[in-house]
Amino acid sequence: MSAFWSAWVTVITLAVILGCTWLLLATRKSQPHQETTEETLGHEFDGIAEYDNPLPKWWFQMFIGTVVFGLCYLVLYPGLGNYQGLLGWTSHNQWEEEIQHAEEVYKPVFAKYASLPTEELLKPENAGGLKMGQRMFANNCSLCHGSAATGAHGFPNLTDNDWLYGGDPKTIKTTITNGRVGGMPPWGAVLGEEGVRDVAHYVLSLSGAESDSEAAERGKGQFQALCTACHGADAKGLPILGAPNLTDNTWLYGGSFENIAHTIRNGRAGVMPAHKDLLSEDKINLITAYVYSLSNK
Amino acid sequence: MIKHETIEKNIGIMILLIIIVISGGGLAEIVPLFFQSSTTKPIEGLRTYSALEFEGRDIYIREGCNVCHSQMIRPFRAETERYGHFSTANEQVWEHPFLWGSKRTGPDLARVGGRYSDDWHRAHLYNPRDVVPESKMPAYPWLFENKLTGKDTAKKLEAQRSVGVPFTDEQIAGAQDAVQGKHEIDALVAYLQSLGKLHSEYNNKR
Repeated sequence: MSAFWSAWVTVITLAVILGCTWLLLATRKSQPHQETTEETLGHEFDGIAEYDNPLPKWWFQMFIGTVVFGLCYLVLYPGLGNYQGLLGWTSHNQWEEEIQHAEEVYKPVFAKYASLPTEELLKPENAGGLKMGQRMFANNCSLCHGSAATGAHGFPNLTDNDWLYGGDPKTIKTTITNGRVGGMPPWGAVLGEEGVRDVAHYVLSLSGAESDSEAAERGKGQFQALCTACHGADAKGLPILGAPNLTDNTWLYGGSFENIAHTIRNGRAGVMPAHKDLLSEDKINLITAYVYSLSNK
Repeated sequence: MIKHETIEKNIGIMILLIIIVISGGGLAEIVPLFFQSSTTKPIEGLRTYSALEFEGRDIYIREGCNVCHSQMIRPFRAETERYGHFSTANEQVWEHPFLWGSKRTGPDLARVGGRYSDDWHRAHLYNPRDVVPESKMPAYPWLFENKLTGKDTAKKLEAQRSVGVPFTDEQIAGAQDAVQGKHEIDALVAYLQSLGKLHSEYNNKR
């Protein structure tokens, strides 16, 4: 703050406080009586008159009290322009103190678990670390994956040991750290509506669901031409691309005929946001352990 | 000295004295902020909204999102731990009006950009309970039906420019084309994904 604005703030602040004090004392002094009387100000409306009494003592003293409080505050805390106050308090250094205090408290706790491999964290003696992972999961992951980690339409269930990109601790950690971008391209324009329905019937048949076998037969050829590059010749998926296994009965975007046809027609691009700029590695480690524990009890 | 009675019976004098009394706080606490570099100079690298994001911002205002969601992370650890770096005035110099909000029924959104996927935002706005069963946020299905015409977008950007937001001529000229035919949900999600992402000065790691 420039010297001018500093002086501006200081002068106005003090002038207002002193002005109020003066007004209080001056009006008290000009008061005809210092004690409560029956005398009125002399005017009367509809039979209602106004007493001419001094301010109640408690009120007057409280006012003086607020003035004294205000002045003490301005000495101790920054309030007068560039004056820093005797305590040197700022909202920023208060925040830094909080952070520092938390560092002192939590750093050893995180350090205790940081060196342990994920499998080790699953042991009962490290239940505390897993509990921390669970809480951080609730704060950071549950909005998409659900508070019980069972997922939602388009957001994978993490408890079923069925993985798109792989479920070993290292892969889970990579997924959390760097995020994932799914890339199922839309095939509607290539296949045409008829082709989409044929392939959908074939995909249904892969997991043994009820389907039109004639259409499935037609779709098989197209599936092998277009889909096997990602989903594999056996349609069991390819974790490196995050291409799901189509032969089991786990469906990220629903397993009904219409759901599958929609996916084929319009493609899918599920995104897991990267957390490397949001969470420290210590925290990611514990969340990884928690996620891993869900399907590796 | 002016008597109590004189002031009570002369409304003009009373108004004048009231103005003098109540202006003290504003003159000391508000007026200096108009002239501080910390409140008037944009943070390093700040960009303006795109036309689509800006339309999304208007939808955010129209739907009253700011009534339940603040965009103001206070400098307490409990907040920075959850939401990222605390908010600063120089991030907000191009916000007209600012959307700090005053109440949190839902979480703060000042740095929500990039935290969730576009798909999540769409699912969540269509019906919050589809992804967060515990949620009490209202559903906004009409955003998926209404389309933007963009007929006023250029004028809105010009109005913003007249109060100091540096939208370029190209942005204004291309504003309508950039938003025309897009659904309202596209604009709102673009806006939400931009929150906290208009500059990269702060480390939001927790």
